[in-house]
Amino acid sequence: MNFELSKEQQMVKSMVHEFAEEVIKPRAIEIDEQAKFPVDIFKQMGELGLLGIPFPEKYGGSGGDTLSYAIAVEEISRVCASTGLSYAAAVSLGASPIYYFGTEEQKKQFLKPLASGVALGSFGLTEPNAGSDAGGTATTAVLKDDSYIINGEKCFITNASYAETLIITAVTGKNDKGKNMISAFIVPVDTVGVTITSNYDKLGMRGSDTAEIVLNNVSVPKENLLGDASKGFKQFLYTLDGGRISIGALGVGIAQAALEKSLQYAKERKQFGKSISSFQAIQFKLADMAMEVELARNMVHKAAWLKDKGKSFSKEAAFAKLFATETAFRSANQAVQIHGGYGYMREYEVERYLRDAKLLEIGEGTSEIQRLVIARQLGC
Amino acid sequence: MKIYVLLKRTFDTEEKISVVNGQIDEDSAEFIINPYDEYAVEEAIQQRDAHGGEVTVVTIGNEDSEKQLRTALAIGADKAVLINTEEDLDDGDQFTTAKILEAFFDGKDVDLILAGNVAIDEASGQVGPRIADLLGIPYVTTITSLKIDGTAVNIEKDVEGDVEVIETTLPLLVTCQQGLNEPRYPSLPGIMKAKKKPLEEIYLDDLDLGEDDIEAKTKTIDIFLPPEKAGGRVLEGDVKDQVKELVSLLKNDAKVM
Repeated sequence: MNFELSKEQQMVKSMVHEFAEEVIKPRAIEIDEQAKFPVDIFKQMGELGLLGIPFPEKYGGSGGDTLSYAIAVEEISRVCASTGLSYAAAVSLGASPIYYFGTEEQKKQFLKPLASGVALGSFGLTEPNAGSDAGGTATTAVLKDDSYIINGEKCFITNASYAETLIITAVTGKNDKGKNMISAFIVPVDTVGVTITSNYDKLGMRGSDTAEIVLNNVSVPKENLLGDASKGFKQFLYTLDGGRISIGALGVGIAQAALEKSLQYAKERKQFGKSISSFQAIQFKLADMAMEVELARNMVHKAAWLKDKGKSFSKEAAFAKLFATETAFRSANQAVQIHGGYGYMREYEVERYLRDAKLLEIGEGTSEIQRLVIARQLGC
Repeated sequence: MKIYVLLKRTFDTEEKISVVNGQIDEDSAEFIINPYDEYAVEEAIQQRDAHGGEVTVVTIGNEDSEKQLRTALAIGADKAVLINTEEDLDDGDQFTTAKILEAFFDGKDVDLILAGNVAIDEASGQVGPRIADLLGIPYVTTITSLKIDGTAVNIEKDVEGDVEVIETTLPLLVTCQQGLNEPRYPSLPGIMKAKKKPLEEIYLDDLDLGEDDIEAKTKTIDIFLPPEKAGGRVLEGDVKDQVKELVSLLKNDAKVM
């Protein structure tokens, strides 16, 4: 048993911490207010190798591990959760499936630009009528000669407006049990028939791009099929398991920020002639926040460690996502409460944490779905 | 070119610092590369990339200093040397440091040594000039520009906000001032590669130094935090009266006039 980060992991932590503090933090309020995706920040993150942490060097990556990646997501989300979300989605959903399931050719052609940070990838799974029930996917892909013709509609897709490569799930037939057979395809955004629009006006995560994708007779070569045609469902479940670790890390980042802001404010704010941090009502809130942040972080790190060791991590990733994101929401909520009237104001930032944290309980599997995943792992 | 950077691990003055029994409490402090040394590392890498050669980062400290050395390797230095004095040295000062480094550089082929202008912990700014003196090479402090052409060197030096232009030659020691360059962040691939780069650990014995040779010339009597700043006072009323009151306060209360 060893809870100490390796030297490399410590260096990643301090580098990303410094980068986040100096480059991202000063712009966090503006990014939220203007709901503007910070393209230049992603360019810099790409140059630093952040977008390729968990991928090998030969595919343009940095050759790091999942734990380093989770640490980076936490540090970025601590200052700006919108940036953290786009980052996590680009790596865990946009690039990882190609790394997990792609052929050598696909990795060279499509993963390299994503891992080296010169392009962003996006993962199109959710549809207007297929959210938690991804099996209800209505988008279809039909093999005609040497190409798949894809038709359908995807919604709430992170980063799609800024992506160069989309991974699209589509129904390619029925299996023996009569259920939809789902496959995944790599679709370059400039393919004829792909329309991406971003008209959502969101509660939180406003600086992270969210878009709709319409696919109208989109033709991709059959070589763009990702992985096994009959195992698309299993593949994206595995992809989502990995993604949950990073969403958990995102939650830890928000919760850590909420704790830091609250502690600082409680020490400075005086009422009844004393700092409010001397009142038990406030102390108990801070103690709970600090405890939950630490527990959430430990769970995220354990899930990441299991993945790095090649062990099964599905249940632990669901634990991490569920607990860390609910911790983020509770901590952000208490942070607003501790700040009182000021906490309701944008300038104090904690109201943003609350709005951003809410998304985490919904995206990449709602809290309810996490509980189902856990229950299934328990043998229910 | 053989380029050396003198690097110091210091506590982060932007984080909380507490003093316990006249000593800085190391357990509660955060440790970083001395910020002025970051300019030195960056400049060394840029000069190497322009002229070829290799950059070696040297520090005196203990095992904990390895993290700062690895960071310098991650930023782009080629080699690191840790002169580990943990077992052999209780207290040192600028004299001690300079003597150790003199012994380290003895017999080495050196073109350029870069150091920070000062270390933010004790801020003496002495180590660089002392070493240059011991090695018998020229030095220029607080530089903001460094241009090398063959062995001719053209330097801009910050003199209290003004610029002094100096021409000199290699081998040379310089200390780096803010404005010299924009230090880069270590990249992720850099961090991963750093563990494969050589980090040599040497002891005072290896340098043929005994405790007596390097005994500190100064003594630290006490360390304390500055008194907490009292709340300011805002003068009110007519500007004329405010000026009168201010002058009277400066004369009688603050006694600065």
